[in-house]
Amino acid sequence: MNESPAPVGDFHGTLCQGYLRQDGRKGIRNLVLIVYTVECAKHVAHAIQAGEPDAQVIGFSGCYDNAYAIRLLLALARHPNVGAVLCVGLGCEYTQPKRIADKVRESGRPAEWFFIQQSGGTLSSIQKGKQRVAQLRSEAESRAVRVPFGLSDLVVGCECGGSDFTSGLAGNPVVGKLYDRLVDAGGSAVFEEIVELIGLRGVLIERAASPEAALQIASAYDKAADYCQTVRQYSISPGNYAGGLTTIEEKSLGAFSKSGSRPIQGVIRVAERPPHSGLWLLDSVPDPHFMQFGYTNPNDTEGIIDLVATGAQLVLFVTGRGSVIGGPIAPLLKITGNGETYRNLEGDMDFDASAVLTGDKSLQKAGDELLSLVVQVVRGRPSKPELLGHHEYVIIYKHQDTPSLAAGCRA
Amino acid sequence: MKPAIHCFRVDPRDNVATLLLDAVPGECRVLSEGNVDSVVIRAPIPRGHKVSLADVTVGETVIKYGVVIGRASQLIRRGDHIHLHNCQSQFDERSSTLSVDDGSPTDTPYE
Repeated sequence: MNESPAPVGDFHGTLCQGYLRQDGRKGIRNLVLIVYTVECAKHVAHAIQAGEPDAQVIGFSGCYDNAYAIRLLLALARHPNVGAVLCVGLGCEYTQPKRIADKVRESGRPAEWFFIQQSGGTLSSIQKGKQRVAQLRSEAESRAVRVPFGLSDLVVGCECGGSDFTSGLAGNPVVGKLYDRLVDAGGSAVFEEIVELIGLRGVLIERAASPEAALQIASAYDKAADYCQTVRQYSISPGNYAGGLTTIEEKSLGAFSKSGSRPIQGVIRVAERPPHSGLWLLDSVPDPHFMQFGYTNPNDTEGIIDLVATGAQLVLFVTGRGSVIGGPIAPLLKITGNGETYRNLEGDMDFDASAVLTGDKSLQKAGDELLSLVVQVVRGRPSKPELLGHHEYVIIYKHQDTPSLAAGCRA
Repeated sequence: MKPAIHCFRVDPRDNVATLLLDAVPGECRVLSEGNVDSVVIRAPIPRGHKVSLADVTVGETVIKYGVVIGRASQLIRRGDHIHLHNCQSQFDERSSTLSVDDGSPTDTPYE
């Protein structure tokens, strides 16, 4: 891609016309979301979506329900970028499509649901689903309330994966610069992967915006450290060692640099939205439970889903080695600090931060260019994964139901 | 054409820099806070790995990003490769038991 991002303007004031939702949040897209409630309904859900570019699919595979997964489905179905929802179930699973549709309607969005067993099976369910999607789309369009959308309305999430030595030196620090500008403009920024912050307890607490935030950070950190010690597994692998990372602390600092330098307002848990603007830490580590800890983030997509569920209208993914994934609901922008990776995967990667390492570009300038690209995507330009139709998702069983003392009244 | 930058120091407090290119013994250009410095590398170091910018005695801290990333388990001299063979985590108790060749765990039974 030869085109360079537009010159960095002030970016204060109106960036575009957003979609105002009943809860006051604003979206940058107006999607029809198809939600399936058990693996058995997945094929039909995807067949309904086929050929409907403004529709996307998410779903939960398990037949037995799980409070965490339900909260996640509800957070995603009422995401600011979602204008309408169709829920599709098989008909014998625990997770109830009707109850999801009811909650979505209460949020002011049109929603429909049906069971495949009661709709004549695969082919007639696909036909019925496509009719519903057409109705929902036109209702979502006619109900749309367009309002000015500025940086202060924007919530951005960031995750890193497929990291190499450039991620901590260029990719993540560039996002850190963007986060600082976003927070200063009154927007919200979310970072996660506490298991990749091991060794930084003191550094994290020093960044706390208040004593309450410090308590929340300490509590989330201690849970993650306990998790790692209990399972004897720190988030660092032979591939990381081969790439030059020597300790988990070193990897942690590279990951932490995506958070920029502003105070951390507190800790939110999966499916919670930031209570107010600023920088927030997302705790996606399972709580201790009789079924043991479970897994924290089994893959990059699961981490991205957690960020989307905070209400982030846009998510950044920093990857040194490169990746081809996208995300559902919120456009995903892929950033690399590795120039070779950018050239190899140019059709998939949105932003090349490698000039920071050669001294050809300052971190600040690269951060400003990334902000300019983010603004273009907010205004409707598709990110590379959007253009390619990449909308991977995964929702897993997890337990995050034991309120910690530090979580206080938000538990 | 200006000579290539070989390694990158993140924070002025760091006693290490990260190699951006595979390095052979000899003088190596370090980019640090926009300025170019140099260090003499004592043995080949692969890209992505770290070179020491100071002498570090056993037990002293190795600093990157301005923060401690581990402690020296062997004497490290300026220009040395810093990795599993001479630096270990203060948190991960398996850190000192990993294979120094490839970082794979040596405490997991395969039979």
